[in-house]
Amino acid sequence: MSGTHRKAIGVETIGMTMRFGAFTALDDVSIKVPAGSFHALLGENGAGKSTLVKCMMGFYHPTSGDMLVDGRQVGIASPRDASALGLGMVYQHFTLVPSLTGAENLVISREKVPGVIDWRKERTALAQFMERMPFKLPLDVKVAELAAGEKQKLEIIKQLYLGRNFLVLDEPTSVLTPGEAQEVLGLVRGMTKAGDLTVLMISHKFHEVTAFADDITVLRKGRLTGTGKVSELTHKAMAAMMIGDQPIAALDSRAAPKPDAEIVLKVKALKAPDRTGLKSIDIADLGVRSGEIVGIAGISGNGQKEFLEVLAGQRPRNGGEVMVRGAAYAATRAEARALNVRLIPEEPLKNACAPRMTVAENIAFRTFDVDGKGRPVSWISAGAIKAFSARLVEQFKVKTASLSSPIASLSGGNVQRAVLARELTGEVDLLIVSNPCFGLDFSAVAEIRARIMKARNAGAAVLLMSEDLDELLELSDRILVMSDGALVYETPIAQASVQTIGEHMAGHH
Amino acid sequence: METTDIGLWGVPLAMLGGAIRVSTPFIFVSLGEAITERSGRINLGLEGTLVFGAMSAYAVAVMTGSPWLGLLAAALAGLCFGLFHGWICKFPKVNDIAIGIALMLFGTGLAFFFGKPFIQPSAPDLPAIPFGAWSDIPQVQAALNVNVLFLIGAALAVFLWWAFRNTRIGLMVRVVGDSADAARAMGLNPNTVRLLATGVGGALAGIGGAYLSLYYPGSWTERISSGQGLMAVALVIFARWNPLGCFAAALLFGGAGALGPALQSVGVTEGYYLFYAAPYILTLIIMIATSSRSRTLAGAPGELSITK
Repeated sequence: MSGTHRKAIGVETIGMTMRFGAFTALDDVSIKVPAGSFHALLGENGAGKSTLVKCMMGFYHPTSGDMLVDGRQVGIASPRDASALGLGMVYQHFTLVPSLTGAENLVISREKVPGVIDWRKERTALAQFMERMPFKLPLDVKVAELAAGEKQKLEIIKQLYLGRNFLVLDEPTSVLTPGEAQEVLGLVRGMTKAGDLTVLMISHKFHEVTAFADDITVLRKGRLTGTGKVSELTHKAMAAMMIGDQPIAALDSRAAPKPDAEIVLKVKALKAPDRTGLKSIDIADLGVRSGEIVGIAGISGNGQKEFLEVLAGQRPRNGGEVMVRGAAYAATRAEARALNVRLIPEEPLKNACAPRMTVAENIAFRTFDVDGKGRPVSWISAGAIKAFSARLVEQFKVKTASLSSPIASLSGGNVQRAVLARELTGEVDLLIVSNPCFGLDFSAVAEIRARIMKARNAGAAVLLMSEDLDELLELSDRILVMSDGALVYETPIAQASVQTIGEHMAGHH
Repeated sequence: METTDIGLWGVPLAMLGGAIRVSTPFIFVSLGEAITERSGRINLGLEGTLVFGAMSAYAVAVMTGSPWLGLLAAALAGLCFGLFHGWICKFPKVNDIAIGIALMLFGTGLAFFFGKPFIQPSAPDLPAIPFGAWSDIPQVQAALNVNVLFLIGAALAVFLWWAFRNTRIGLMVRVVGDSADAARAMGLNPNTVRLLATGVGGALAGIGGAYLSLYYPGSWTERISSGQGLMAVALVIFARWNPLGCFAAALLFGGAGALGPALQSVGVTEGYYLFYAAPYILTLIIMIATSSRSRTLAGAPGELSITK
């Protein structure tokens, strides 16, 4: 609780093993996180990171293995036991209640809440508590109205408010801007240095690990494959521990851009309401040429999502025009097919798939009702769908138990591979992509970025919206910054500076 | 009661009186449903609970001579129905709407079965307070004769509105209704909270039923409810899950429902049946006017099966 003095605790696991039936998710993993240290846990998706963490937090009961807190053996049977010991976790998916305000979320998550809440007293206490926090948050706004970055900060603040002194952070910066990420991790780092907090962070971002962590532990296929001090390890060594010796897809070298290439996508004076209905987005002028990737940077909640939804036909517009190769484009199926427009939205399972339909059906969404020559068919052939999907699954290395499994049963990386397979097959003139690598692991990210680059080199115009600035810097030919619903800054990649882009993202100009 | 001719003034006056009289069961059922829905469940069985509450209140009042014992019996019966609904719905893959419909039919059927012997005898009424005693116009007196349950309902609406923000239980119900995952992470068991919320909702619906049989219309018949229990569910959505909104909406429904009889009382003889449909037409108009294509229903609990 606020006011009480915090003291970091050290946590250790010994021989942690977790079996689900015949499958061993975690095999004899021992890690040691000393009090006041910042420890990074690395590994691919399915390497057992979250299983390990869930065993530590009492969500799973390990098949065998022990937990030590401050050197004493403890039994953790439930998350409640974990929190009583001061262990807390910040999840990748938010656990805040959307319709409650920040203050209500904080107060109700406390162990002891009075029957009648004296809001005047609680507000004063919260204000005092927030004064000690290095970032400010509006606590009287419903959580649903906060931007993703603000929600993440509130999640961390909640854990600190609850007096947890060992925190597991599950990819805490995946929704933050570089500036915010620096700020949040800097705060957390400061607290570990002061001996108030111990942190175990799951991350994919090597530069964050190098900048903030003391030690790392690497898991692969449920086994511990490496551990050591960050100061003694290179990125290459860490990557080797993570993925073993499997090859990583290399980015195609960038074909030289042609400045006079055809402008495929043209957006003029586009206006649309944002999701609150109170503000609107306003894209004055945007053109994307064939064979270039135009990246749009911005803090989440500045209208990128709405812009994408307009382009995808998910959101009505108030005015303005969207032209693809000179023809007005309203995102109907017929237009998308005629103009070869393809879309990879964020959260593909939600926005680009029918989760309970099979992998084969999902992959065939664009093509199931036409024959090989693009003519509509009156009888849909399940065999043709299967054959088509089987070829794409093979080609894009989608890992699935079978073609008739529901697509929702696939891991995030494989859902994204399946969507890429569908969207990048055939001729692509315009590709609209949003946060394609959110929450995916190392090899999937590399592969997906390589596919996008390949599409660009093959002559597609690519519009890439991303909250990951590293991704934009790696892929884009030009970077635009979106802030408060408008495009406020543009720079060619050669002159791009993280500093300047970050300032425009934060709206400081 | 002799009538004084007050002309067309009779219409708004009769509507005010009607609003107060007719709205009371709506208030209780919709407040009960608001609690249940805020916890993330829909109980469509409240129509059955209402009818069973009306029957049990009447029967107990006849047998004991006390309307208050009748009221208590109705609340207990409603509680049992609510708990039963909540208990069934905790099993996986059970649909709360389907169970609600089954319980609605079960409740009315059971009420008719047990209620047969009580159609004839008459039971004592719940007391009303004559706020119109200062006036010597009988219409004013009739309109301002307010039943205590209406006042309790009004107080309850304000209390619930306050409690959803300012009490631990209120916040817990909202947490469970909005995000079961978040609730579990806090160590709350969503099923238990929903079981209790459905139970309380049922008890309130039972009280609404008691009002029907013990005050207005004031007798037990098999046609005592004209779908108040079902309409209250729509009313909660219309009121955006806000208890104060429920109270206002119930008054609006009551007033609109009184339009037909009021017109009839001032001598309109043709077409007044059309005005009996006023509450339903009103609901449709307001629902359409307040809907939005680009926004989802504001204030809807995230766990509710109709909004998911």
